[in-house]
Amino acid sequence: MGSIANIFWLGTKELRSFLHDYVLLALVAYSFSFAIIAQSQSSSQEVHNASIAVVDEDHSELSRRIAHAFLPPFFKQPQSIAERDIVPLMNAGRYTFVLDIPPHFARDVLGRRDPGLQLDVDATAMVQAGLGAGYAQQIITNEINDFLSRAEGTPPSPVNINVRIAFNPNAETPWFTSVMGIITSITMLAIVLAGAAVVREREHGTMDHLLVMPLTPFEIAMSKIWANGFVILVATALSLYFVLRGLLHIPIAGSVPLFLGGVALYLFFATAIGIFLGTVARSMPQLGLLYLLVYLPLSMLSGANTPLESMPPWLASAVQISPTVHFVSFAQAILYRGAGFLIVWPEFAIVALGGGVFLALSLWRFRAVTSATM
Amino acid sequence: MSHAIDRVAQFEHVTQRYGRAVALDDVVLSLPAGCLVGLIGPDGVGKSSLLAIVAGARQIQSGSVRVLDGDMADAAHRRAVCPRIAYMPQGLGKNLYPDLSIRENIAYFARLFGQSRAERADRIEDLLASTGLAPFGDRSAGKLSGGMKQKLGLCCALVHDPDLLILDEPTTGVDPLSRRQFWDLIGRIRARSQGLSVLVATAYMEEAERFDWLVAMNAGRIVATGTPAAIKQQTAARTVEEAFIALLPEAERRGHVTPVAPPRRAGTSEPVITARGLTCRFGDFTAVDHVSFDIARGEIFGFVGSNGCGKTTTMKMLTGLLPATEGEALLFGKPIDASDLEARRRVGYMSQSFSLYGELTVRQNLDLHARLFHLSRQEMRPRIAELIERFDLGPHVEQRPQDLPLGIRQRLSLAVAIVHRPEMLILDEPTSGVDPLARDRFWELLIDLSRNDGVTIFVSTHFMNEAERCDRISLMESGHVLATDTPAGLVASRGAATLEDAFIAYLEAATNARAMAAPPAEPTRRAARRPPEASGRFSPRRLVACTIRETLELVRDRVRLAFAIFGTAFLMLVFGFGISTDVNSLTFAVLDHDNTHESRAYLEEVRGSAYFIEKPPLQDYKDLEERLADGSIDCAIEIPPAFGRDIARGRPATVGAWVDGARPFIAQTIRGYLQAMNQLYLTDPAVVTTAPPPNPVADIEVRFKYNQNFESIYAMVPSTLALELALFPAILMALAVVREKELGSITNLYVTPVSRLEFLIGKQLPYIALAMVNFVLMFLMALFVFHVPLKGSFLPLLLGTLIYVTATTAYGMLVSAFARTQIAALFGTAILTVLPATMFAGMTVPVSSLTGMAQIMGRLFPMTYFLPISVGTFTKGLGFADLATQLAALVVFVPALLMLSLLLLRKQER
Repeated sequence: MGSIANIFWLGTKELRSFLHDYVLLALVAYSFSFAIIAQSQSSSQEVHNASIAVVDEDHSELSRRIAHAFLPPFFKQPQSIAERDIVPLMNAGRYTFVLDIPPHFARDVLGRRDPGLQLDVDATAMVQAGLGAGYAQQIITNEINDFLSRAEGTPPSPVNINVRIAFNPNAETPWFTSVMGIITSITMLAIVLAGAAVVREREHGTMDHLLVMPLTPFEIAMSKIWANGFVILVATALSLYFVLRGLLHIPIAGSVPLFLGGVALYLFFATAIGIFLGTVARSMPQLGLLYLLVYLPLSMLSGANTPLESMPPWLASAVQISPTVHFVSFAQAILYRGAGFLIVWPEFAIVALGGGVFLALSLWRFRAVTSATM
Repeated sequence: MSHAIDRVAQFEHVTQRYGRAVALDDVVLSLPAGCLVGLIGPDGVGKSSLLAIVAGARQIQSGSVRVLDGDMADAAHRRAVCPRIAYMPQGLGKNLYPDLSIRENIAYFARLFGQSRAERADRIEDLLASTGLAPFGDRSAGKLSGGMKQKLGLCCALVHDPDLLILDEPTTGVDPLSRRQFWDLIGRIRARSQGLSVLVATAYMEEAERFDWLVAMNAGRIVATGTPAAIKQQTAARTVEEAFIALLPEAERRGHVTPVAPPRRAGTSEPVITARGLTCRFGDFTAVDHVSFDIARGEIFGFVGSNGCGKTTTMKMLTGLLPATEGEALLFGKPIDASDLEARRRVGYMSQSFSLYGELTVRQNLDLHARLFHLSRQEMRPRIAELIERFDLGPHVEQRPQDLPLGIRQRLSLAVAIVHRPEMLILDEPTSGVDPLARDRFWELLIDLSRNDGVTIFVSTHFMNEAERCDRISLMESGHVLATDTPAGLVASRGAATLEDAFIAYLEAATNARAMAAPPAEPTRRAARRPPEASGRFSPRRLVACTIRETLELVRDRVRLAFAIFGTAFLMLVFGFGISTDVNSLTFAVLDHDNTHESRAYLEEVRGSAYFIEKPPLQDYKDLEERLADGSIDCAIEIPPAFGRDIARGRPATVGAWVDGARPFIAQTIRGYLQAMNQLYLTDPAVVTTAPPPNPVADIEVRFKYNQNFESIYAMVPSTLALELALFPAILMALAVVREKELGSITNLYVTPVSRLEFLIGKQLPYIALAMVNFVLMFLMALFVFHVPLKGSFLPLLLGTLIYVTATTAYGMLVSAFARTQIAALFGTAILTVLPATMFAGMTVPVSSLTGMAQIMGRLFPMTYFLPISVGTFTKGLGFADLATQLAALVVFVPALLMLSLLLLRKQER
């Protein structure tokens, strides 16, 4: 009972300290608003404004129709270039796609002489090149089929495939990037807020002060966990309601309370890691450097940026111990696919376990390190 | 001595404001030349601001200041006189470099003043001999005692034979023997260099007795000037300290009495604290060496000694903050146990630095501590009211400690420490930096607590007049207790006149320091000494001085160095393996309503694909929905009932597919794959249908240039290399500049002839070299770990990298101009690098697709031009001719960023 009171009152102190640290406040505000909006509008996961040039050696109606079929927002207005410029312009990265329509193309199509059409793709522009090449082929095939069916009428295809995308029918990337942006911000801030709270107390000498009072390291650590976690939980909720729903109009399929419950568990883990780093680092700059080496891998290998499936198998299995991976996974399940507690509880458990491990590690480090600094 | 100058500095109506605080309030003052001028007054009255202005380190806000016959607002004059002025800022060794040895520190300053190798060596030996530091020349500055740091600071200040020596509180926190030696040294230097003016600030009033001329300051104003004798006469006081108190405004002095502890009633109770052979070692350094003492109930027991002599460590062992390496300590008769919460309730502790929460108000601080000590609700209110009353905190309850003067903050700290009525108080240098009046008031409270409440007080101090008020004291030095007795007993046992003299006698006996204090070797030989280089011209020697110093510091800071070298390699592994846009290992399951030869032939197209992995078939729609929802499959394929029959009859059949849209990029890729497979099925000659297969009308040949297998690693690895060479050099460079701001050594930029350009480029060179090491490491990793071959030529890549890292370090420099703390520099640089690097520089979205603001931001970021070089040479197989434009664009960044940083870096503190 006394212990809970201590944790509570120490936590209120944390909240007050946080509210007076304008730099951190600004960082939180930035991470949950501007950073989310910027990520949702970035087109890193889709084809948007892809640059394309056409070498039209045919100058027929068909070649013009193909060129005009490349439309915004997927493609930029196609530019007409000469054949000899293809290599230098692609080397310079001016165009991601160059379509070369050979002479007499339209005539050969009508004559069923199976003419070749060449699409050069800059394969160092990964996402755009991959998806864009597919789009381009579709566009060209459609134009040619259209052209032919008007010219002579071709029969419909015997087998069609009707691909429907569940949960996000138009495959809109902001749905994905904005939520993943929130997840990235949660990881980033939870670690740094909790870590900075520990180092700040040590630099100001208040940690010694706390340790000579009738308080246990567990109470001190828990107060930082709940207070910093609470700040981020509130920021997450506000961001979900006002930025995602309000500003970006992103529909959320699943239960927001269930998601926030999961966030709370994950915050337990992330703040515990932050506290652990705070006990390892001897100064703020050291914390910062350590933090970069912990946060970047946690976040980059979480599945929030690139899929786990594309990692080498050994890495994909190794990252399964990272609670961030499970956080990303249950966040996607709840928010996009409307999964319920029965589906996500094993991942909740793993995240909680991870938090417990780091809490234990920090308690072990706490007393030894805090006093040896001065 | 030039007789034309009889005034070394003159102030005309100088007012300096920092935020709401007024540091100097319309100061009119002229300081005599050729003598030892002392500035006296408590902390925060403007002494440091005044000295910094004389040194040219601070900008003058209003009024005019003439130093050495010229206007200090004039940059040309500052440049001209700066080789004649030496400035030692406040704080032990604050302008020194703790990782550098004594010799390296002095050599750095000597280089800044343009001295040749021979002259430097000559002067360094001379200075080391005369200060007695010669035996320790290779010890790093960070490991010196306070007294030695001050001597080193003096060596660095005197290396260029200044005409004006400015010392800001040079002896604060230094033991009495070192203090005495320091003043003897100053005396000898003055005797040797005729006409040297020395300007000193001090908080020790007894030192001021020895000065030639005094300036007494309070609250930004000059309260008196003149010789010590004249000032004492003016106030009819016996000592300078009394004179100073008498000079203060009536309102501040009211109720002041010099506290005297009434004799303690002799108690026979058991000791409250017993230490037996207490020892604490950190590695091979023994901080506390077999210390023993007893403290009786109700006693005021003092620990007296210099900074770093082991007082704090001993106190930390007694509070359980530090485990003792050896020996035992008993608290209330029981061994100290860090987990014993009950014992902690009986102790109050005040640590050395102010350690309350500056963001909480006075009342909130009291409330919080009362709650943490579990005072009951009924008890809490009256107790807090009582403390506020007794410690005279009434007017400040709603203020935050960070806005209060130090004296009041210390009273609050004491109030907080006793909120739970402890039987025992441990106070670590509670009055350090507090003005004499506030110190006396604080001691009245302590004496009251001891005599009236029976609280046992264990206090440490370096003020002798405070030591005299204790019942018993221990004199400490280098981890040893030299003697323990009543103050009078200690004085008597050494036959000394004062406690300070007695302490010095004990110190001399203990350290055999007489040898060190022997008259210094007079300079015998003198190498050709040129006048210091004019500071106006660019000097390669000063630039190299900065480079050498930065390199030494970097090499000795293991954590930073390890981060700098292996951080990039580590993240290269993470990014290289972790970031991939290849989509494979996609899971699918089938709901086959038809189950005919045709349906299996169709599905074979998917099953045979390297991209897909099949999961157990779906039972029904419910199963389909559930497995999509829990993420166990990425897509579901449904074959309609009459699929085979329809195909046979030539009726168009439609296969259904559901794709998990949670990750839109993957969903789109799957859609593309499925559509392509459908197409493939149609052209498969094995498919038997009655309908004629449509002739392919045109053959679209998609050529994935540069990367035929379309594997993202060939684009990702060179991009990661570019990203990390943007991030790490910028962060390290920003930290290097801001570190100097935070630790105080930036002062050397303000007061020595080194120019901003020399300073910045000098610091930048080691980081460029380090970045090139990173580059080589990552280049080798690309070749041998990731097997990404270099298809193009190496030379443009190497040259491009060199220019690029010069630009990115300059970018870090630019960010550092806006950051005041290292942590802000770190996060600022990280955010300002990662955002443009990943979004606008072509790493994820080709630059040719960017428009508007994003395009402008991309164009202004160096990585935009390096990425084509890195990816171009690695994967596109390009050479010099193809990359000339990019290289040229990169070159432009270097002078542009450097110019901006120069404009934003100040040569004077605001």
